[in-house]
Amino acid sequence: MMLRVLQGMAGLLLLMQASMASAVLTIEIIGAGEHQIPVSIVPFGGDEKIAQTINAVVTGDLQRSGLFRLVDPTGKSPHVPAEVSYPDWEVRGAEALAIGTVVTQGGRVEARFRLLDVVKQTELIAQAVSASENQIRAIGHRIADLIYEKLTGDKGVFSTRIAYVNRQGKKFSLIVADSDGHNEQAVLTQNEPIMSPAWSPDGGQLAYVSFETGHAVVYVQSLYTNQRRVLADFRGSNSAPAWSPDGKQMALVLTRDGSSQIYLSRPDGSDIRRITFSGAIDTEPHFSPDGQYLLFTSDRGGSPQIYRMPVKGGPTERLTFGEGTNFSPRHSPDGKSFVFAHLLNGRFHIAMQDFQTGQISLLTEGGWEKKPSFAPNGKLILFASEARDRGILATVSSDGRVKQHMFTQSGDAREPVWGPYP
Amino acid sequence: MKKLIIGIVLVNLLAACASEPKKEPVAAAPAASTSAPAAKAEAPKVAPAAPVKTAADPLNDPTSILANRSVYYPFDVAVVQDEDKPVVQAHAKYLSEHANRKVRLEGNCDERGSNEYNLGLGQRRADGVNKMLELGGASADQLESVSYGEEKPRASGHDEASWSQNRRTDLNYAK
Repeated sequence: MMLRVLQGMAGLLLLMQASMASAVLTIEIIGAGEHQIPVSIVPFGGDEKIAQTINAVVTGDLQRSGLFRLVDPTGKSPHVPAEVSYPDWEVRGAEALAIGTVVTQGGRVEARFRLLDVVKQTELIAQAVSASENQIRAIGHRIADLIYEKLTGDKGVFSTRIAYVNRQGKKFSLIVADSDGHNEQAVLTQNEPIMSPAWSPDGGQLAYVSFETGHAVVYVQSLYTNQRRVLADFRGSNSAPAWSPDGKQMALVLTRDGSSQIYLSRPDGSDIRRITFSGAIDTEPHFSPDGQYLLFTSDRGGSPQIYRMPVKGGPTERLTFGEGTNFSPRHSPDGKSFVFAHLLNGRFHIAMQDFQTGQISLLTEGGWEKKPSFAPNGKLILFASEARDRGILATVSSDGRVKQHMFTQSGDAREPVWGPYP
Repeated sequence: MKKLIIGIVLVNLLAACASEPKKEPVAAAPAASTSAPAAKAEAPKVAPAAPVKTAADPLNDPTSILANRSVYYPFDVAVVQDEDKPVVQAHAKYLSEHANRKVRLEGNCDERGSNEYNLGLGQRRADGVNKMLELGGASADQLESVSYGEEKPRASGHDEASWSQNRRTDLNYAK
């Protein structure tokens, strides 16, 4: 199974290699999780350069999650269980220890890795992770995912990808990158705006809005072949594409019949039918994980707020009240809550609301924070922010405790969206 | 800012009113005089067709109310404000009298909203101008309304001075 996944990724990465740009430069981490698991990652044996890259990716991933405290392994370098002296690691306060070796053969790299429980002195994981030699970072992300999953009980998201728009002067690029911002690939570059990228549930396609023909048109582009098709190009604006969880339906926003209203279509653009009839601005539809409901933004009540309606029709419910206006709702992967951008007194915050209690929590202090989207495990939220007069990508843990800022090399990063599990 | 816009509109209105009665003779004269120093040798061939056309087209007159090609809005509002109505009405009249001219209405917003909400708001702004032009005599096939939302700001600051410039609909005539 894993091999298949890696092979799929290999094809994808190979295809995109041509347009490979250099990586994100800086990542700043603010705050820490309540309980951090002390873990030590020993640089693997074998090819030193490859081992170092893998080590940097694994430690970087675990650190950014905010859930781990990395214990310095300096002075000890076991690579197999027989070389491990558990008291050495207990003294350093490590509860878990990762060791391993890398083997290169015929253009492929295999990392044979083990995760050991220092306290119980047992082996938690013994697994080989392999990929072609130009995807060493992917090996690191996979190992980080295995460690994260074993020690926290939640699925890791380090092997996932993100999409965003980078604006540099008049140039707009639609970028796909690894979850840590590295390995950026430009999917589309042009001198007209691009917005609202949306991942297909299988991660193989991106829907987005492009202004290249002079008005907003929705396209769907394959990330494997780079071929694309027009999803909707009616008069006025065509925008806000969203995929149903089964990938068989899309929601989008058209102004062909007047103001912005929500429509459903097949992913090939056929069978378009209108599902909101408010005459107000209804936009930013997002399917619930079970595919039954749509969250959306509407100003039908006088100001932009978050609403929910059944996809098949039925009563629409307003979900946000109180001071301020609200935009860009997205369901959490477990369907129990939603995130959105909350504008209050001229500042945008990333906010989360529980469906059952209606309780709102602000996850950020506020600024120019827009367009939140959940990581597929629901533990992190990616959003657009601003720092040092530049648009940047940022994440916040769903409990609001850990934040990180990702600075792209140049230009303004905007419109980020987290992709599905590979 | 609003006062300033009103000021500009008023000045333009006055200018337009003042120049109205003597428009034809005034317009004809400079057309003839500009063609003279420019290219004397070729004057007989070129002059008759081109200058007459531009002279007759008030769209190219910088003192005309038609020189105003943007209407501005308060925050999260898409209705054309009273002070901008004469501008839109003048364009409607012009379009009704020049059936061959086409104009694109481009709605824009400030950044206080999501991109998608602002795309909808910009479209509503452009559509509002579109409707007013139609009511004023322009025909639907002369008009196209689009929105850029907050994607093409004229000014990039996070302040009202920038925002007030970005909340607008531009009337962009096809060349």
